Amino acid sequence: MSTTVDLTRPVKGEGFRGGLRRRLALTGWSVVYICLAVPAVVLLCALTAGLGVAVVGVGLLVLLVFVPLTAQLTNVHRRVSGRILGQRIESPYVRGHGGPRAALARWAGDPARWRDFAWTYVSVCIGWAMAWLGLGLALAVVWYAIFPFLFAITPDGTFDTDYGLFVLDTQAEAFLEWVLMLVAFGLWWGLEPLVVRWRALLDRVLLSPSRGALERRVAEVSQSRAETIDHSAAELRRIERDLHDGAQARLVALGMNLGLAEELIDKDPEAAGRLLAEARTVTTSALGDLRSVVRGIHPPVLADRGLAGAVQALALDMPLPVAVTIVLPGRPPAPVESAAYFATSELLANIGKHSGARRASIDVSHDGHVLKVVVEDDGAGGASPERGSGLAGVARRLSAFDGTMDLVSPAGGPTVVTLEIPCALSSPKTSPSSGTA
Amino acid sequence: MRVVIAEDLALLRDGLTRLLQAYDFEVVAAVDDAVTLGDALRTHRPDIAVVDVRMPPTFTDEGLRAAISAREERPGMPVLVLSQYVEQLYARELLGSGDGAVGYLLKDRVADVSTFVEAVRTVAAGGTVLDPEVVSALIARAPTDSPVSRLTDREREVLGLMAQGRSNAAIAAALFVTEKAISKHSSNIFMKLDLHPDDDSANRRVMAVIAYLQS
Repeated sequence: MSTTVDLTRPVKGEGFRGGLRRRLALTGWSVVYICLAVPAVVLLCALTAGLGVAVVGVGLLVLLVFVPLTAQLTNVHRRVSGRILGQRIESPYVRGHGGPRAALARWAGDPARWRDFAWTYVSVCIGWAMAWLGLGLALAVVWYAIFPFLFAITPDGTFDTDYGLFVLDTQAEAFLEWVLMLVAFGLWWGLEPLVVRWRALLDRVLLSPSRGALERRVAEVSQSRAETIDHSAAELRRIERDLHDGAQARLVALGMNLGLAEELIDKDPEAAGRLLAEARTVTTSALGDLRSVVRGIHPPVLADRGLAGAVQALALDMPLPVAVTIVLPGRPPAPVESAAYFATSELLANIGKHSGARRASIDVSHDGHVLKVVVEDDGAGGASPERGSGLAGVARRLSAFDGTMDLVSPAGGPTVVTLEIPCALSSPKTSPSSGTA
Repeated sequence: MRVVIAEDLALLRDGLTRLLQAYDFEVVAAVDDAVTLGDALRTHRPDIAVVDVRMPPTFTDEGLRAAISAREERPGMPVLVLSQYVEQLYARELLGSGDGAVGYLLKDRVADVSTFVEAVRTVAAGGTVLDPEVVSALIARAPTDSPVSRLTDREREVLGLMAQGRSNAAIAAALFVTEKAISKHSSNIFMKLDLHPDDDSANRRVMAVIAYLQS
């Protein structure tokens, strides 16, 4: 969404037509606000009732349904008001995963959820009134504009207006209402941007992240940055060790073999030949070592084919059939691509090692804002980030990109892992592919 | 036999040229990018092309794509693809690009000169040569309920060597047994895999095996 224009502020040199179009749009948004008040009333009632009887337990069930719904509605408001104000209103919720119990506990401790609740009240009274004012200003203009015609077609006396000083009761006088139309138009022209702006600001004040949320976010970011730095430092150490103990050592041995063969070639050609043959095996294993190091840094197939090809290649290497569906209208940024690849690779390795699954599926898609990878298997289930370091590692890897991992794995299966990483795609080109490996 | 070599690293390109010339191949062109490769294949119409997967300008799978499109232009043109690493995905794409006359090997295999030259000859003759690493991955991933699981260890070994494009004689030599034993093993394998051995040419056998493993 390109929201860089503040609809409530005049644009330089927009002229009368531009101003008119802007105000009509704002009136339109007022209607949207009015309509959105209907679900807000429902949510207000449900949440209030739910909180009221939360002690009984039934209320908790109500809250489980209506708290996320409220977030949906406030997200719509964040988008609408953000669009009107020409700025992005961030979602302030505390993120996390787990069962319903964990969710309730998290919501209770999240100021943003309470602010949502307060917002439902404010939105249906003050907010609603302001939205009506926004629409009413425009309706007044329309009303006075069509008044003379209504006067003409209705029976005598229906629209006679007593203004105290005089009574409007003839068709000619009815056209005097057009004076009021001009006044109303002036009011609409002058006040519409202000009224809608205030309505949008009301949303922004209540729904954007509070200072506490921002501080928490900064803490989260610092934490994930520290983890990322630790992680890359550990990776570098691992690569250094692999090269040092592996390929480098083998190349030294190779040099020694060749040197010895050089010495022996005249005296004992047979022994020299054996040494040379041995040297050749050493080069093969050195290359093998280097290949596995390269794969650990950045898999060549990922560089060649992007996420789509690399995930297909992963699926092909699995000992069980894996259905792959990939719809990516472009390539994610390289670091995200790599993180998504390694995460998927780890999940598939888990399936191969622990799940006992007979088939699995991978689904990769992008909805314009978020890259989503869903890995599913029909194995034994019971997977948990607490039990293995692998899943926790996947979540940590994604956190560097504000990504999340959602794991649903009841005992007996099936296990569904959903990875979500917010990112934009580059070079819009379609590369859908699917198939069973 | 006329060969076109495509490899962007001068060191390896010269090495390959020297090696093949030493075995009496005629290297008609040695190019360093995918575009000139296409031109060279059209002008020289060689008996075989030896192509590196990664080449300029994109340094991704340029060579592989060039090889596949060259085979679309001239069906059945023998291509041996060399790569720093092997990927089942690429093996499948190559195999899917026509009926045989393809090879897909790790660059390391060049070091084993005689086997490498043998592979070049096999592919030029219309055979199929897959890197042992690809083959073992193909066989290892056969699901437990597939007929491949009914094979004995020895039969699997024979199947693997067969998929590498080797003849019965070569397999017999590699496993230090008689050729007769190998033909007995292979008829057992064909029976267990429900394949009909109408034609004993290495190519047909490999294609049948691979097609079966891919299903």
